[in-house]
Amino acid sequence: MRGAFAVAAKDVRVEHRSKTALVSAIGFAVLVLVIFNFARDAAAVSREVLAPSVLWITFTFSGVIALNRSFTLERDNAALDGLLLAPVSRSALFLGKYLANLAFVFTMEAVALPLFVLFFGVDLGGRLPAIGLVAVLATAGFVAVGTVFAAMTVRTRYAELMLPLLVLPFLLPPVMWAVQATAKLLGGRPLGEIVGWLWLLGFYDLVFITAGLLLFPALMDE
Amino acid sequence: MSAGGSKAIRGGLALTALGLVGLALVFWLALGFTPVERFQGLPQKIFYVHVPAAWSALLAFALVGIVSILYLWLRDPRLDLFAESAAEAGLVFSLVMLTTGPLWGKPVWGTWWTWDARLTFTLILFFLFLGYRALRGALSDPGERARFSAVVGIMGLVLVPFVHLTVYLFRTLHPQPIVLKPSAPSLPWEMLRTLLVSLGVCTVLLAGFIMTRYGLGRRLQLTGDQDAG
Repeated sequence: MRGAFAVAAKDVRVEHRSKTALVSAIGFAVLVLVIFNFARDAAAVSREVLAPSVLWITFTFSGVIALNRSFTLERDNAALDGLLLAPVSRSALFLGKYLANLAFVFTMEAVALPLFVLFFGVDLGGRLPAIGLVAVLATAGFVAVGTVFAAMTVRTRYAELMLPLLVLPFLLPPVMWAVQATAKLLGGRPLGEIVGWLWLLGFYDLVFITAGLLLFPALMDE
Repeated sequence: MSAGGSKAIRGGLALTALGLVGLALVFWLALGFTPVERFQGLPQKIFYVHVPAAWSALLAFALVGIVSILYLWLRDPRLDLFAESAAEAGLVFSLVMLTTGPLWGKPVWGTWWTWDARLTFTLILFFLFLGYRALRGALSDPGERARFSAVVGIMGLVLVPFVHLTVYLFRTLHPQPIVLKPSAPSLPWEMLRTLLVSLGVCTVLLAGFIMTRYGLGRRLQLTGDQDAG
């Protein structure tokens, strides 16, 4: 666990010093929101109907783009070899990378969410904590899958293309659940109606974080 | 293993030939000796290709997942080759399934495509195969390729129940199970017979494709090794 935190702290520090990737990812997320607003026929589709889908497409697409960064960082200057030589288990390495990616994607979401409320005129009411919980649970799952796949695609020739191709089918279940839950929350439905989706999201997280811990070592041995 | 996979190629080609003869038999049975369904008419004949193709695609998918687990455990390159062969054969059968489906859907449902549960499920399966194939194509180191694609194969196997659950939470246009269900199959005997023959034929074809592809890959592996040595 200490190894995992050391790896995560290293990634956060690198990001904190340059900030280029984070700023670009946030910029990308905002652009997606802006484009969605213009791609919508205001007379035909109301903002409320489209809002949950827009939010989740923005989160996942920006998330996938951002995940590429996680291992390109290690590929340059063969930094990964240094990491592998360090006295850290492969599973701890996964966990560290995963935590750093989570921090990255959460930061991006925390900036994009208020802008989403602003652009789409959504009334969150007292639902912010619940929407936050949905976002945390859904993000925890797709970042786990993305961290495993990013470690592979970084070794390929078309990493930027290969990662979405592999990850998007895996995003279908959590995104579908998150959209359903968000729509219910924005529609002012009682909280009890989303409990089922939350359980599903939590279960997905558990399964894929475990899968990552078990399978990641196989990606790293030479 | 036999010299350069020749035995696997010969066996695979023989099975494929047998499967093709069987396929002709299925067409003959389906068109000449199976009653026309009362409500759907002739388009229902697609059933005898569509369902068995779906069966073979799912079987291939399961094989890829299971063999991937075995690969990570035993690290035998032949297992990796087998998974690759099964994935490619599965890609072929899922394409057959995804093309015959709309051809049947248009006259019967009135639409080529709908976001129905089983359709979405099989489409995702197809994309998983596609991603698996694409990743293999983009990696040059054989060891790395084998390990990475095994991980993708296993992750895919883990994903399947989730996709299944997700799409079934929404409504389906597909008929409820008519053959594999607790009570007796609700299909007339002639239709069931044709379906069973076709299922057998598609399984033989799948085996033939996998074996042939395996043999070819094995030959490439061995000659590649000689070049390297």
